[in-house]
Amino acid sequence: MKVTIDNITIEVEPGTTILQAARKIGPEVAPPAMCYYEPLKASGGKCRACLVKVTAGSEKDPRPMPKLVPSCITQVQDGMIVENTVNEQVLETRKGIVEFLLLNHPLDCPICDQAGECHLQDFSFQHGVQQTRYEEERRTFEKQDLGPNIQLHMTRCILCYRCVFTADQITGNRVHGVLNRGDHAEISTYIEKAIDNDFSGNVIDVCPVGALTDKTYRFKNRVWFTKPVDAHCDCEKCSGKVTLWYRGDEVIRVTARKNQWGEVLEFICNTCRFERKNTADWTIEGPTKVARHSVISANKYGANKIVPEFARRLAASQYKDVHEGRDTSQLNIKQLPEERFKQLIPPAGESAVAGIRSIQNWADDK
Amino acid sequence: MTSERPKILTDKTHIPGIETFDVYRKNGGYSAVEKALKTMTPDEVVEEVKKSGVRGRGGAGFPMGMKWSFLAKPEGVPRYLVCNGDESEPGTFKDHWLMKTIPHLLIEGMIVSSYALGANTSYIYVRGELMYVVRILEKAIAEAKAAGFLGKNILGSGYDLELYVQPGGGAYICGEETALLESLEGKRGNPRNKPPFPAVKGLYQCPTVVNNVESIATTSWIVNNGGDAYAAIGIGRSTGTKLISASGHLKKPGVYEIPLGLPVQEFIYSDEWCGGIRDGHHLKAVVAGGSSVPILPAAMLLKTASGEDRLMSYESLSDGGFATGTMMGSGGFIAMDETACVVKNTWNFSRFYHHESCGQCSPCREGTGWMEKVLHRIEHGHGSMHDIDLLVDVAKKIEGNTICPLGDAAAWPVASAIRHFRDEFEWHITHPQEATRPGAIFKGHMELV
Amino acid sequence: MIETSDKPRIEFTPERLERAKELLTHYPEGRQKSALLPLLHLLQEQEGWTPTEGMDYIAELLGIQPIEVYEVATFYTMYHLEPVGKHVIEYCRTGPCMIMGGEEVYAHLKQKIGAQDGETSADQLFTIKPVECLAACGWGPCFQIREKYYTHLTIEKVDEIIDELRK
Repeated sequence: MKVTIDNITIEVEPGTTILQAARKIGPEVAPPAMCYYEPLKASGGKCRACLVKVTAGSEKDPRPMPKLVPSCITQVQDGMIVENTVNEQVLETRKGIVEFLLLNHPLDCPICDQAGECHLQDFSFQHGVQQTRYEEERRTFEKQDLGPNIQLHMTRCILCYRCVFTADQITGNRVHGVLNRGDHAEISTYIEKAIDNDFSGNVIDVCPVGALTDKTYRFKNRVWFTKPVDAHCDCEKCSGKVTLWYRGDEVIRVTARKNQWGEVLEFICNTCRFERKNTADWTIEGPTKVARHSVISANKYGANKIVPEFARRLAASQYKDVHEGRDTSQLNIKQLPEERFKQLIPPAGESAVAGIRSIQNWADDK
Repeated sequence: MTSERPKILTDKTHIPGIETFDVYRKNGGYSAVEKALKTMTPDEVVEEVKKSGVRGRGGAGFPMGMKWSFLAKPEGVPRYLVCNGDESEPGTFKDHWLMKTIPHLLIEGMIVSSYALGANTSYIYVRGELMYVVRILEKAIAEAKAAGFLGKNILGSGYDLELYVQPGGGAYICGEETALLESLEGKRGNPRNKPPFPAVKGLYQCPTVVNNVESIATTSWIVNNGGDAYAAIGIGRSTGTKLISASGHLKKPGVYEIPLGLPVQEFIYSDEWCGGIRDGHHLKAVVAGGSSVPILPAAMLLKTASGEDRLMSYESLSDGGFATGTMMGSGGFIAMDETACVVKNTWNFSRFYHHESCGQCSPCREGTGWMEKVLHRIEHGHGSMHDIDLLVDVAKKIEGNTICPLGDAAAWPVASAIRHFRDEFEWHITHPQEATRPGAIFKGHMELV
Repeated sequence: MIETSDKPRIEFTPERLERAKELLTHYPEGRQKSALLPLLHLLQEQEGWTPTEGMDYIAELLGIQPIEVYEVATFYTMYHLEPVGKHVIEYCRTGPCMIMGGEEVYAHLKQKIGAQDGETSADQLFTIKPVECLAACGWGPCFQIREKYYTHLTIEKVDEIIDELRK
């Protein structure tokens, strides 16, 4: 059947969701997903990040749907017309969703292991606004160890339920779950209990934020200083297909392989994840493909260094903030000439950090 | 005058001992079961309910017969009827009253409805706080079963029905039909994403109809008297009678069965009904259909924007949309006189929705708490003028973007209170000391009635 | 987070076990988890609250994981997750009761008992628990103790009720 998303028409199988169809077209039109996780049954529908406008329900019944619909769980109909990035209402709503998700989320990215590969960071960067309107206290929780290798930092959790589905569907005998309700809801084991099974570590990979982290990697490094390499081993328990994260010659972290959407298709066992940290344990396949816009690509690959798009935009937005909405006449600050501004944005080949630093220098000079 | 009013649900409620099987039976009870099972096919019962035009009395007002006709009937798969007795919407207590006063009316309705839908196991889900009502219903079910109106081969018709009462555990959200089904399955009351709708995949993934207590209680009368007779009562598409839970600053709060179409003015001021506002006070505002519907200033409630008398009907109450109208909702009629503070009441309702949000989807989980905190700030004299616009914006970002209607229910009271009582909010911000004094009364422009 | 310790196992009394077994017949084969909410009420009726050991026992009865019981018990507001006094006074704090003078009445109640929201009185007789709408709006202010509703509350009426319960 045919579906049109942001004016691009594609042919898909019946039963395909709007989000899957959009992903088939490409990342430019794919709605963001904070809770949906294709390999996990019953995931999705909760975060509302992927809401889209259906302007025509189907060929047969071309009426628009009255409300925005969650694209991750809404199946396409033949002749359906969907608006994602081209619809104002969708983008406005998404700003709201970012704001809601960040209300109780600590902005502790500088000390969070997930920073750089955090879906909430990406989501808020792409769809959020810079200021918060929230003045109240945020909810906080004590950190909690779920066994020797996994730490739960509930304060960061956005309640996507992915780790719960993972425990149900991958590991069996679930011991953690969602307790309480409303904004008091939390992931917990209720009574002090370790999550003890061979596949428990996968909850780390499915977590979109830094709520579940690998204790063997804790504070070891920033992800953009590490080099991901695909490798495999002959494992009795799992496929043995992993990504090794190197710092110099040292394997500092092992994760399952993630696809373009950050999803793990082949879950790995705890032995591979937590115990095989020598290159000798693995057969190396080669560098992991990392999207060029990813922060993980920053500072790498010698002469072909790339400036991640986010850094350019960040630099630009930082610059704007200095003048916007302020009466600068009293401050004796001259409007920065356009050419000077362009110079500040790092040309291809310079790192993002250098670009930000050059803005900083300029500000200091003034 | 009273005797001329049609009584469908309350014609027997004054009879002493009506909660017992014997008295209920002696007064004509269970005749609908006899009529339906002995002389009608299930489809004929459905047809009468369709003809009656009765609309769901839980709040949504969806035509009950149409809901029944959506029920999927795949071969070899059981179907379920679940009665929603999770009445928790602030301002609403009619189902509570009906179940404790005349439990057999609901049970009789459950039998004829289950028969119509082809359900052989049915459940009445009652909010856990009403455990004493659960006991009353359990006793009534045992009596009905002993008399042969439940169990195997009822009245020799070949139709079997088991009826059970299930208590909840304390959660407003379980009044949402899919959350109720989750709860009935022994899970957290998280509403399901729809589709699929319960009519296709409901309880235990089987086709299920979920109906409100009052809706189901109505079916006995419809079977006895016919759908046309029911449709003859009321006005337009608001057929029949409706139980109204009247609370607040009225002379005679309580549960009333009104013919739909009764003028609001008459309902409030006539001695036949609420008897007017308590002595020495005047009506300021009304929440006409349970806490989630938009609050209206008194004058706007009594007359529509075009100056006509507003009636107690689905259409008339919503006349003017949200700009000047409200909704019938569950019929929780909360009247407030000039002593009531709209800001405080809005904060109170907001706290309710914050407390009752299941926490599954982000706009509701985060937004309800945020609105409550901002309202708390304003009510306690620490608000600022942008807080008002902030509330409007947050309410707008929640509304329509959540899995279930709780998000809308939380957003509407806030948005409507600001829409109609903005000056009272501003007064709290500009005159915090005055506004936070105990017993403070806002003397703004408001038109009292 | 609750510390585990070697507390004695909790089981239903024989009569309650009978009731539990009867409850299980209400649901189709394989759907026994449906009995979870009623069983938690039964546990609370027996123990006064819902201790972890009792929840583990219910999990065993139903053949489900203990976390499934904890998830449910913490979702609903009626289950007391900590020990409570002999009488739990659940008073309605929602709009309709509030505008009918609920705040004054409840303030008096708390003062009389000597306990604030969520607290138990020193004599272990009363626990105060604010709850949302009890569906008795036209008869407010109101509270509930065990399965009994007390409506049309006034300061005098509260005094009478509490004095009676103290005897």
